[in-house]
Amino acid sequence: MQKNHFLRKLSGLLIFSAVLVLLGTLLGSTGASWNFIGSDQTLIFDIRLPRSLGAYLAGALLGLAGGIAQSLFRNPLADPYLLGSASGALLGVSSILCFTYLGNTWLELLGLNGGAFLGAFIGVLASLILAGGYRNSMRLLLAGVVISVILGAANSLFTFVRPDLFQSIQSFMLGNTTLISWSGVEIMAIALVLCLLVTLIISPVLDALSLGENTARTLGLPLDQLRLVLIGILALATGCAVAQTGLIAFVGLAAPHLVRKLAGGRQRVQLLFSCLGGGILLLTSDLIARTLFAPIEIPVGVVTAVLGGFYLLVLLRRTSLGARP
Amino acid sequence: MKTYQLNVYQGPCAVLSDLNLDIPRGKWTSIVGPNGAGKSSLLQAIVGLLKWDGSITMNGVDLSTFANKDLAKKIAWLDQGSSSATDELGDSLSVYETVMLGRLPHQGWLHLPSESDHSSVKKSLQQTDAWHLRDRPLQQLSGGERQRVLLARLLAVDSDILLMDEPLANLDPPHQADVLQWQDNLLGQGKTLVTVLHEIHLALRADYVIMLNKGKLHFQGSSQDPATHQALIALFDGRIRLEKLGSDWIALPN
Repeated sequence: MQKNHFLRKLSGLLIFSAVLVLLGTLLGSTGASWNFIGSDQTLIFDIRLPRSLGAYLAGALLGLAGGIAQSLFRNPLADPYLLGSASGALLGVSSILCFTYLGNTWLELLGLNGGAFLGAFIGVLASLILAGGYRNSMRLLLAGVVISVILGAANSLFTFVRPDLFQSIQSFMLGNTTLISWSGVEIMAIALVLCLLVTLIISPVLDALSLGENTARTLGLPLDQLRLVLIGILALATGCAVAQTGLIAFVGLAAPHLVRKLAGGRQRVQLLFSCLGGGILLLTSDLIARTLFAPIEIPVGVVTAVLGGFYLLVLLRRTSLGARP
Repeated sequence: MKTYQLNVYQGPCAVLSDLNLDIPRGKWTSIVGPNGAGKSSLLQAIVGLLKWDGSITMNGVDLSTFANKDLAKKIAWLDQGSSSATDELGDSLSVYETVMLGRLPHQGWLHLPSESDHSSVKKSLQQTDAWHLRDRPLQQLSGGERQRVLLARLLAVDSDILLMDEPLANLDPPHQADVLQWQDNLLGQGKTLVTVLHEIHLALRADYVIMLNKGKLHFQGSSQDPATHQALIALFDGRIRLEKLGSDWIALPN
């Protein structure tokens, strides 16, 4: 891609992102606040702004993680919730909800966010252990599926034992951006900068993988070590996003597809655009969730699932008609 | 390049054993043998894709002492069937970007491609008659066009030794002739070429022939040596005969 084309597309995505954040600050389920000065400052700066920035950052983290997952596993249906991170996070949240009544100090300290992050981390770790390492992508994917099923079963057991927790767990499963605080925004911003920086530096390894694993190895790349780093980034980005927003569907899967044609073939550009695309998709969905049936808000995960699912259907139809995705 | 008591393993099984080979420097060596003889495995062992023991030396230095990146600068490898492989992901680098991947062993993580990288990519694409394809996505090319691009990727590494597994596969006769021509150019630059070939008549155009059978060395020698021809006929159980056509040898079924 020519440099000026890249800059033009990047500027477009950044401007669109900024407009969405601004809209997110002005619009809410209680109505629009077109005048900053005359509006409730707490509502704008302590609720809507962190929520909008947080939704954008969570989407960006999921978009980046989705892009990494699809490139690393060379599979267009790979998403960040593979490798057991989603079911691990869900189990983490269920465990905290289930056992806090016992009065464990460490459980209270950990909180729901910490529980989700720790659960996601344990889920990925268990997948890695079951796969016997990270060298065999197919074995790792299968291990992720197995761990997801096992942790999902454990989670079902919790809801069976404590049916009163069903609604809270369901809310986590549908995703929620209403409770994102400034501290959550800070955590996600730091994680995003770190993950994006490292990913962009080592992205040539993903380009080389498009020629096949063996050819990539003969180009002198430390493939095993870089694969481990990318899995670490995938887990960190997913864990941070899930801990703040719950399990938001389709963003990680759809964002890389949304930008693929715009970005071209180079992974450095694809992953950067996938990150921005994820942010745009989630924040747009959040705006729709807030305003579509205002003053009632619908879960943002429902909107992302509908938007992402619809887009993938269109993509599938175009592909089946001979067009390239 | 020499190997001494080389054993190559795929998992726990030895696919090649006790190979003592002498691959002459600055010459073209072809490797022939029936299916499953271990031809591709030999190339994969040299570039570090398969485990081996014994010794492989290049100019007297054991290959196991090279760091990955140094080995990648010295030996380039073209995979068998890579031109027909399709990527499930559907996204595709452009031809130019694909050939630039050949420069990865020469680049640092934080460096953009240098002028010398760009000129090497351009030269490689021109050599394989693929410069006009430079902006096309790799996945949209025909098998033959893609093979020329992958050969350009191999050239872009600018290594002393080029290992090629079926480099002429998918190419039409004019482009096969082009590849043979640029192979001559590379030999003129002092490069060492090692190719796995199924076409006996093309293999006999090399300077040196190595014959493998069932994981063992059957014979090695000059392609013009009558003893090599006899060994080749024996390798295929006498089911072929060799005839001279002009300056070339051709293999015909008996």
